[in-house]
Amino acid sequence: MSDPQPLSKSELDGSFSELYRTHLRDVYSYAYYRVGNHHDAEDLTEQTFLQAYRHYERALCESDGRPLRPWLIRIAHNLAANYYRDRARRPESAIEDAAVISAPHTTETLVEGREELEQILAGVQKLPDDRREALIMRFALGMDNREIARALGRSDGATKVLLHRAIKQLEGIVGENGSGPAAEVTPR
Amino acid sequence: MSTTEFEARLRAALQPVEPPEDLPLRLERTLVELRELAADELEAWELSAMRDPRNWARPAAAAVVGAGAGTALVVLRVRSRHRRRRAQSANVLDLAERTVRDLADEARRLLPGGD
Repeated sequence: MSDPQPLSKSELDGSFSELYRTHLRDVYSYAYYRVGNHHDAEDLTEQTFLQAYRHYERALCESDGRPLRPWLIRIAHNLAANYYRDRARRPESAIEDAAVISAPHTTETLVEGREELEQILAGVQKLPDDRREALIMRFALGMDNREIARALGRSDGATKVLLHRAIKQLEGIVGENGSGPAAEVTPR
Repeated sequence: MSTTEFEARLRAALQPVEPPEDLPLRLERTLVELRELAADELEAWELSAMRDPRNWARPAAAAVVGAGAGTALVVLRVRSRHRRRRAQSANVLDLAERTVRDLADEARRLLPGGD
């Protein structure tokens, strides 16, 4: 069987626009929960899509028809790692704490049980990076194990274990801090 | 609290976050600018490269790709015959003339109302 014909520039642009509209919220959510503030989340989202645009044609060829969301999230993941590295060099601009993350645009919907949710979010911030990211992908973005595995560059089995351990550790953290206010959590 | 209940609360805590309303528009504008910038750079490269006839096929291809799929086909076809034209050409100028003629013929063939 012959290879499929490459897409024209205009077809590629159209296809990328669709990808962008479909996954803008996913990338933004991921960025927001990673960096903890809207300003940097916007920058990270923009950079993610610009980088994706540059490599889109190749990614499309190599995806072999599989969804491209893990690829996009992987780009955001790598850019977020650079963000943390840059922040480490510039300690005067400290990362905002979990209490900020717990007040996104949808705050109105989170009034009930807010304190408990803040404790959970504060606990998420205390997790090791890989566990925290896996939880963000699963619960904020609704990605399945296979997608998360592709985004993190791990096997499906390793991802399942990672998620399980992340939830168990988080349960432990929230259980320990249950009586204390979330805002006391030390910023990362 | 069971693990299932905990997961439900985790899901409630980690709700998807809607991007600011102006972000899609801003991002689309940036992408359009990026495309235009790429086109401008291509154009500048094209002008400088036109001095060397060996590069004539590439700017022609790049320009046509920007114009759309139908015209991209012209370049693909013309480029596929590049080796044969080179063999038939007496010199570089002859090769350039043959390339331009081939491009024009191919474009005429694909244009509505063409042969």
